[in-house]
Amino acid sequence: MKHTIQALVENKFGVLARVASLFSARGFNIVSLAVGETEDPTISCMTMVVDAEDERILEQIKKQLNKLIDVIKVVDFTRKDYIDRDLILMKVSKEGKHKKTIEDLTKKYPVKIVEETKGYYLLEICSDRHQEEEILKELKKLEVKELVRTGKIAISK
Amino acid sequence: MKGAKILVESLLKENVEVIFGYPGGSVIPFFDCLYDAPIKFILPRHEQAAAHAADGYARVTGRPGVCVATSGPGATNLTTGIATAYMDSIPMVAITGQVKTSLIGNDAFQEADLTGITRSITKHNYLVKDIGELAKTVKEAFYVASSGRPGPVLIDLPVDVQIQDAEFEYPSEVDIRSYNPTYFGHPGQIKRAIKAIYEAKKPVIIAGGGVIIAQAHEELLKFAEGIKAPVTTTLMGLGAFPSTHPLSLGMPGMHGTVYANMAITESDLLISVGCRFDDRVTGRLDAFAPDAKIVHIDIDPTSISKNIKVDVPVVGDAKNILGQLNEEIKKDKLANISGWTKKIKEWKKKHPLTYKRSSKAKIKPQYVLEEIYKQTKGEAIIVTEVGQNQMWAAQFYQYDYPRHFLSSGGLGTMGYGFPAAIGAKVAAPKKQVLDIAGDGSIQMNIQELATVATYNIGVKVVILNNNYLGMVRQWQELFYNRRYAATYLKNPDFVKVAQGYGVKGLRVKKDSEVKAAVKEILQHKGPVLADFWIEEEENVFPMVPAGEAINRMIGGMA
Repeated sequence: MKHTIQALVENKFGVLARVASLFSARGFNIVSLAVGETEDPTISCMTMVVDAEDERILEQIKKQLNKLIDVIKVVDFTRKDYIDRDLILMKVSKEGKHKKTIEDLTKKYPVKIVEETKGYYLLEICSDRHQEEEILKELKKLEVKELVRTGKIAISK
Repeated sequence: MKGAKILVESLLKENVEVIFGYPGGSVIPFFDCLYDAPIKFILPRHEQAAAHAADGYARVTGRPGVCVATSGPGATNLTTGIATAYMDSIPMVAITGQVKTSLIGNDAFQEADLTGITRSITKHNYLVKDIGELAKTVKEAFYVASSGRPGPVLIDLPVDVQIQDAEFEYPSEVDIRSYNPTYFGHPGQIKRAIKAIYEAKKPVIIAGGGVIIAQAHEELLKFAEGIKAPVTTTLMGLGAFPSTHPLSLGMPGMHGTVYANMAITESDLLISVGCRFDDRVTGRLDAFAPDAKIVHIDIDPTSISKNIKVDVPVVGDAKNILGQLNEEIKKDKLANISGWTKKIKEWKKKHPLTYKRSSKAKIKPQYVLEEIYKQTKGEAIIVTEVGQNQMWAAQFYQYDYPRHFLSSGGLGTMGYGFPAAIGAKVAAPKKQVLDIAGDGSIQMNIQELATVATYNIGVKVVILNNNYLGMVRQWQELFYNRRYAATYLKNPDFVKVAQGYGVKGLRVKKDSEVKAAVKEILQHKGPVLADFWIEEEENVFPMVPAGEAINRMIGGMA
């Protein structure tokens, strides 16, 4: 099952490597990871979506993260009220003649056409966990040439 | 002040008495300063031995051991010793030289990414690129290494930082906002633990290395006697509770006693103190203490419910928590457990640790250990290698005191024993220190004969020589149709090897010679190597096959 957790860490070199190698060394699955500075420049925030088989593994992930000396705090959003966003940039080929579908999408979801060239539309999609699956399902109908995602960021309410 | 001098002064501030290390290009400035410093320096013949010696020193004193090596290969040679210390929660500060700051990442001569390599085998590590951070880093390193659940900390120091200038100001305190170990048990959890203890009819205490680290052996004794519960001590916990005490069950697990494993299996309450439920202790998880409620006292929250699902977790320092329990438990509320005590007594009587000895047959290794126990009156520090030698030393020597049994329990590092014994003897020069070795393990760091000869360090090496990598051979005998793949060893003449290094060597071939040989070893003032030719295919019993339930033992049930 997927869980969104967040680690506030010291904004120092090597901390990302410590977190990443913890996941690989202990065999934890990481779905996405987004890192950035917070309002306090000495602190970075890492938002992770992890795939944990059960509660025990999720507990271990949180405890192991907390055990890292450079990790200040770990927040688990599983039972919390929070806002999350995941930004997708994608190129959709014009050959598929998807203009209509795309226009419908922009009306229904937070989807924007950022740029249009001869060969493709460049779309920006800002999804959250409630819409994510639906949007991804819609996108499958399009002829996607390239797709990139930021990974999820989250903030508690 | 130059960086190298700042490092030395910082080590003095931390009351470092001895350093085990090996020089090289990237640490010459540091060694130059060390030359004049009032710190004892031991030069082993391999960096791995420096790390193990620092580890042995730490296990005996309880204070961080310090080792040092140069960049690249010197530093990578330390890593086995660092990983060994990490697995057994041993406080250690490892200092490695690094190439010049400007060359880092350029594949420079003798460059290796040590903070990268040691990330998962240290509690924490530092690469100090800024001279202004050096003193603070050393202060933090010693604090992190020795607080909470201890462990090794590595400081990687580029050679140019060692010759830069800065003001020396040693911080008086450490403040790491992200690191605050819990030392006192949560009152609510302590209450729940006490309730479980009152209700228990068949309690068992399992004591691990955490009791020794926390210096909680006296509290444990009081606790166990107070609730009259039997105590089993894991390999790392040997000495945490007196082996000769009537409540002692000896060691549990793969080569544990029948009665320890039976007691755990039938218990209704298992109180674990400073034990992390290693797979060698638990065997098959679903059959481990199936009817027991589990109270787990540990300073490391990650140890709790990692392998075994815990009913009452109590995070904190074992000494404090046992103290809290001792204060709050009211003896009149304890259930009557005399039936349980009787049952355990019967198991102990029926299934003692045993072996067959005959004065006509070859030497039995168990007898050698028993004889050493007898002659040292249980006062010696026993250091082991890994394999059969380690298990016989755990089974047939009685440990009544903490910090008297040193062994690589977690990582299982062959070659650990001899250098760790050197560190132990340096820490406790008045104690008898014996390395119980196998003919395989001793050859993994046999070059340290030069070190003991150089400094006249009176470590006694006892080789239980069966010309095999005995533990693997035992598995091959029992589970692989006696196909002894790569386990037979053609050995050198160990006595001559010892003599070549200037160390007294002796060979013991007969059962009847054991007593006198042990006496000779113990009486000799300096280092000794004794080569005991033992029964080649002697096995360590009882044995729980890997992945089997711990009450399904081979041997020892007769």
